[in-house]
Amino acid sequence: MSEIASHVAPPLPAAADKFKFYGLWAGAAAALLLLPQIFTSGGSLTTFSLIGISIIFSLSYNILLGQTGMLSFGHAVYYGLGGFLAIHAINIITANKLPIPLPLVPLIGGLTGLFFAALLGWVSTKRSGTAFAMISLGVAELIASSALILRTFFGGEAGISANRTKLLRLFGWSFGPQIQIYYLVAAWTLIAVIAMYALTRTPLGRMCNAVRDNPERVQFVGYNPHTVRYLAFCFSGFFAGIAGALAAINFEIANSAYLGAVQSGTVLFATYIGGVGFFIGPIVGAIFVTFLSLGLSDLTPVWQLYFGLIFIAVVVFAPGGITGLLMMHRPLLKAGTLTQMLPSYLMALVPTLAMIVGLILSIETIVHYTVNPGDDSHIKAFGVSFDAASPTIWAMAAILLIGGFGVARKTWTWVGHAWDGATSVAREKGIAA
Amino acid sequence: MLELIVISTLNGILFGMLLFLMASGLTVIFSMLGVLNFAHASFYMLGAFFGFQISRWLGFWPALVIAPLLAGAIGAGVERFGLRRVHKNGHVAELLFTFGLAFVIEEVVQIIWGKSPVDFRVPPLLDFPAFTIFSTNYPAYKMFMLLVSIVIFAGLLIVLKKTRIGLIVQAALTHPHMVGHLGHNVGRIFMLVFGVGTALAAVAGVIAGPALVTQSNMAGLLGPILFVVVVVGGLGSLPGAFVASLLIGLVQTFAVSMNGSLAGAFGPLSPDYASTWLSDIWGVTIAQIAPIMPYLLLVLILIFRPMGLLGTRDT
Repeated sequence: MSEIASHVAPPLPAAADKFKFYGLWAGAAAALLLLPQIFTSGGSLTTFSLIGISIIFSLSYNILLGQTGMLSFGHAVYYGLGGFLAIHAINIITANKLPIPLPLVPLIGGLTGLFFAALLGWVSTKRSGTAFAMISLGVAELIASSALILRTFFGGEAGISANRTKLLRLFGWSFGPQIQIYYLVAAWTLIAVIAMYALTRTPLGRMCNAVRDNPERVQFVGYNPHTVRYLAFCFSGFFAGIAGALAAINFEIANSAYLGAVQSGTVLFATYIGGVGFFIGPIVGAIFVTFLSLGLSDLTPVWQLYFGLIFIAVVVFAPGGITGLLMMHRPLLKAGTLTQMLPSYLMALVPTLAMIVGLILSIETIVHYTVNPGDDSHIKAFGVSFDAASPTIWAMAAILLIGGFGVARKTWTWVGHAWDGATSVAREKGIAA
Repeated sequence: MLELIVISTLNGILFGMLLFLMASGLTVIFSMLGVLNFAHASFYMLGAFFGFQISRWLGFWPALVIAPLLAGAIGAGVERFGLRRVHKNGHVAELLFTFGLAFVIEEVVQIIWGKSPVDFRVPPLLDFPAFTIFSTNYPAYKMFMLLVSIVIFAGLLIVLKKTRIGLIVQAALTHPHMVGHLGHNVGRIFMLVFGVGTALAAVAGVIAGPALVTQSNMAGLLGPILFVVVVVGGLGSLPGAFVASLLIGLVQTFAVSMNGSLAGAFGPLSPDYASTWLSDIWGVTIAQIAPIMPYLLLVLILIFRPMGLLGTRDT
């Protein structure tokens, strides 16, 4: 028996690997501690807090989409309910002077998420695939519409607010200043990320992957895919609840937008753009999308359109997301053939950028004529001023867009050829793609 | 009471037929391509806005023909140049592609026509009461809507049952691979079906536009209900979609016109509930919960019949 086990079980990791592994986590913790020392402004602290919340939320979403293969359009339900319960909890604790400090409140949010995921999940996870996606959408609409009806609990359109500073203080921390909220979010982010990573290494996490890849075979092995999906759903709801509670603490308010379709869509965007295939993908996506939504909204009035276009581009051209794109190059890096790719990449980059510039120019010009046609035609987008009424700009936009598209198509086929060459070399060297 | 029942039944059937115009396209697309077109309601919205714009330029009747053709052409283009590319990345990528598309279409519509409702009027030719029952005037335009949807329904039925294309589509509903093996140009059929499906949604948009509100959030409001229809009816089942459309149309219309609440029914028994935190549930009227009725129905169906009313497939 022990002989079989030794064949089946993977070898224990070498000391160097272990060191690398734990060093990574310690490094992440140190980085979280040091960040506010480098970027001290209030704005960047708020951004970091938002990113932390978004990381937890996206990772919790990836338990469903990436690990169990369930595409949910209603994940914000558990986020939002966690947020509402956290606000109510803060109010109740303050009113009754209960000895519960603020850092424990996210746990209440998490348990709320778990409770509702356990309640709604059994029905939702009965079916997988497209049916699950539609069901999650229906359940989300049900909860979001109910939130507007049950006004006493959800506070109608205005929402419910609370004061986070009046709770039991630990070490004299009032959690009034943003820096203290940052550390609260950072600590919870680290805990949640470690917990969710650990979850992927458990037998349950492995069964989730199996259910994603081949549910029929899972049944033959003796597991019930429905149960596995249900458990994954519950865990996912728990962590989403934590994220929602942290968001509620950060803003000191919870309103019906927390539960809505926009929130569900945002987490889907962040997770998918980051990449669902790797654990780190949603983290990358959360950081990217948070910066994007904060940055783009300053640059152009129609940033949501660009946001949607970026998402479509990722779905069409890079289904593995940002991390998927980067990880594709790992075998080439190992084989040392990555340099072969560089010339063709550079060649493809120029017309592609030209095409994007042409697209942006056309969009901004069209926006000028449809949204505010009466205004001055000298408009500013992405920090660049130009005259939307001048025919040169129109011609330039058209040439860049059409010419760029034509040339880019050609160059990307060259990239494809170079890619085939580089990967086949890597394969000959025995490095699996 | 009788008046309420008659009017609500008429309105409910009308709404149900409109839903079926969209749900039929959605179901056929889903059955053949295996992808649930998340942007289907967006084509309904495009139909309404195209109809509004063209009826300003050329009048309502040309708009009724041109707008669906235009939306259908866009739909066919989306299938040819978008979905077909994404197909190799699996169904999740396809669904996400249409999700992103719905998002982008809504943004584009907002950019072009703004966020507030546009003034899409009933054509003067149909702007008169068709008949009067129990002192209520029933507008002729609604009868016209009903007529159009029934004519299209009948046309669809004839095409599906009597023509060669219909035979292929029917075969592809249950055995999509076999149709390909038999040598049909599956790619072209897919494009055609996608185009026709989106054009049908656009027809619904053009005729519903003047009667309902033509606004950039109309896709977001109707989309989820549409998906409830296809899940409740059973994914991939046309008769199921028909039954579910009518069911949800009737349920929602009747709910809107009812004013009862728990407090109204049992209020005298225990008046103190009205003051506790249960007061929301206690005092809410059926009319107020009408918007969540379809979703409640969805949850009930999922508990008691996960396949949907007439569904057979499990995916």
